[in-house]
Amino acid sequence: MPTSLAELAKILNAWVDERIDLSGVRELIRHKVVPVHRHTVWYYFGGMTLFLFIIQVLTGILLLLYYRPSAEEAFESVQFIVTEVEFGWLIRSIHSWSANLLVATMMIHLFSVYFTQAYRKPREITWLSGMSLFGIFLFFGFSGYLLPWNELAYFATKVGTDVAGQVPVVGHLMARVLRGGDDVTGATLSRFYGFHVAILPLATTAILGLHLFLVQKQGMSVPPEIERSGQPLRTMPFVPSFLLRDLVGWLSALAVLGALAAYFPWELGVKADPFAPAPAGIRPEWYFMYMFQTLKYIPAKIGPIDGEVVGVLGFGLGGLFLLLVPFLDRKTARGEKSPLFFWIGVGIVTYIVVLSVLGYVAPGGK
Amino acid sequence: MRGAWLLLAPALLAGSVLLAGSQAAAQKLPEGNACIECHQGIGDPRVTPPAEKFPQDIHLAKGILCQDCHGGDPKNFDPQGSMNPAKGFIGKPKHQAIPQLCGKCHSDAAYMKKFNPTIRVDQVQEYFTSVHGKKLREGDQKVATCISCHDVHKIRAIKDQQAWTYPVKVVDTCGRCHGDAKYMQGYKVATDVVEKYKTSVHYEALTKKGDLSAPTCNVCHGNHGATPPGVDSVANVCGTCHSLTADFFNQSPHKKAFAAMGLAPCVTCHSNHDVPKPSDSMVGTDEKAVCVNCHDPKSRGYQKAAAIRKSLDELRGAVQRATAILDRAEHAGMEVSQAKFELRGASDSLLKTRATVHQFDPAAITKLSDEGVKIANKMHAKGVKALEDLTFRHRGLWISVGIILVAIVGLVLKIREIDRRQA
Repeated sequence: MPTSLAELAKILNAWVDERIDLSGVRELIRHKVVPVHRHTVWYYFGGMTLFLFIIQVLTGILLLLYYRPSAEEAFESVQFIVTEVEFGWLIRSIHSWSANLLVATMMIHLFSVYFTQAYRKPREITWLSGMSLFGIFLFFGFSGYLLPWNELAYFATKVGTDVAGQVPVVGHLMARVLRGGDDVTGATLSRFYGFHVAILPLATTAILGLHLFLVQKQGMSVPPEIERSGQPLRTMPFVPSFLLRDLVGWLSALAVLGALAAYFPWELGVKADPFAPAPAGIRPEWYFMYMFQTLKYIPAKIGPIDGEVVGVLGFGLGGLFLLLVPFLDRKTARGEKSPLFFWIGVGIVTYIVVLSVLGYVAPGGK
Repeated sequence: MRGAWLLLAPALLAGSVLLAGSQAAAQKLPEGNACIECHQGIGDPRVTPPAEKFPQDIHLAKGILCQDCHGGDPKNFDPQGSMNPAKGFIGKPKHQAIPQLCGKCHSDAAYMKKFNPTIRVDQVQEYFTSVHGKKLREGDQKVATCISCHDVHKIRAIKDQQAWTYPVKVVDTCGRCHGDAKYMQGYKVATDVVEKYKTSVHYEALTKKGDLSAPTCNVCHGNHGATPPGVDSVANVCGTCHSLTADFFNQSPHKKAFAAMGLAPCVTCHSNHDVPKPSDSMVGTDEKAVCVNCHDPKSRGYQKAAAIRKSLDELRGAVQRATAILDRAEHAGMEVSQAKFELRGASDSLLKTRATVHQFDPAAITKLSDEGVKIANKMHAKGVKALEDLTFRHRGLWISVGIILVAIVGLVLKIREIDRRQA
């Protein structure tokens, strides 16, 4: 009989090891190190995003137990969750707040990788998989926003899918596929539910698996300027030093999420009424605000082309540029300084921040 | 400065929309019409107004021109020819002749249906049943005729917002005579009615809330057949809109009592032109209550009034308490929309109770108000629970944060220890 937990763990470890050889994993844990330099802080945001994603999965599963995905019952079921289900309010608020924090940490992670040029060879696939995850998480946010079937979400989805409909050639088909018809209806809700709880999680599992595998395989990237300095690089063991620091961040995030849920519970609003006029102040989630605001500023017609089409094309090209940056930035790939791509990055971040702020303080436009 | 422009912008926009609207309503005057061209070009302010006003007139829009009312020959530019009585020219019609002149077309069903198949054609007939029409027949030259209320040469459709007969403008149209003490001298009619009406709940609903169904002068007095409602007909007039209240009153003991005392229903308690917003304080035994005007403290009616007021106060208080606590919970971020929805049941009971007051039956009123109080108290309890939940959440949060902080401190100490060991 084992007399302590440590002894029990040892027995279990030996039992598993006898059947599955864990020496590779043990070796990885023993030797995995994280570079220590003045940009090390940015390494924590990937882990933080992963932690928030785990929170999303857990709270999402709990919400699934009560949520009913139909136009007739969705709003009432969320209302039931937040009023009648024990701690339902906490789970729903954490799910909503965590989704927003996740997008924020993901954006920080994306741009920290961009500015430290961690996308350069040999990490192009890691960058591509990360960018795919970024797109998937934005779609997670977009599809999840509609699920409570409240007024704001309904009209925001209408606007959002209208914008998708502006994509040249395939726009109309895309909007119809997204909506499950010509308009936002109960069919859209069922469809978004399917995306949100089945298709996107499946895609995320596969791509996130690849992303994490590559990070483990290739290790953390060291910024070129640190490499070029020629100074000996300090490291810290991943286990336990980096992991414990990660844990501090995760626990802090948990405390922040709890505080947000308790003091600023996520509003439910009023049930969507497709026949009601659009309410004043409809707007998308904050991470789509810069696009929404841009479309307001673009004139209705630019030459013979619709302004919205130009806007949508612009964002498409912007996204494509970011996706292909490891292949476009040849100087960084050669180990040279690449000020052009640095300033393009500064421009993109400034644009997103300024337009997002304008979206809240100057809701007019056009 | 930019702020000032921003403030001015809506006013400028509204102004331009109004301007555009009035320009759109103006018609182009026909060319080659002797009446119009002479009256426009003669330069004498005594004769130019008809031509100046006519572009805004509904008749022009329908193709009806000067000669259709005044006769004459509009093709003849010689005044002797165009204004020749032999050509049917009647000049400016006499005051007494106006109803018949308008009625020439407006009482002709076959003719009027060409313009609107549902249009009324009994206005002139009805006019002569009114005090105005009767007095006109008696030779009174001051009483209102068609043009007094509909304007002349600038007659607008009744749905036109600028028409003198548009609901929000009716009181000023009637008030031009009925609010002018000097003009109304010699008639036994009060001239403070316009000012009084403008303090009423009806005028507020009409002008501030934009409720065009709210009554103005013609809704109670009639328009073409305008006449003051007598004591016997007041309840019917008010009951046109307040039908449930009128039914309750007709079932009440007050019906007979008022008739015996020669008191007009409704207006005895609510007044007529200056009808105030009704409140629960009108019922009861305190000095604001109208009941004490007739019922002395020893009467049964006095006791009934006190009981009715008690029921009203209880229900109103319960609804207010429940609303307040649910509002507090909602502002704190709690989801109480279902409770607020259910509270509408109590508010509906309050409305019904207030209408039932006119039955003056304390037992029926108490039964209704008790139902409302029950709902309101239940919702109040939900509000209390929501606030308790909120306190529980905040406490739970701080306990959790405390535990997390302890864990973080422990982790930080552990990290330092490891770092020291590795250094």
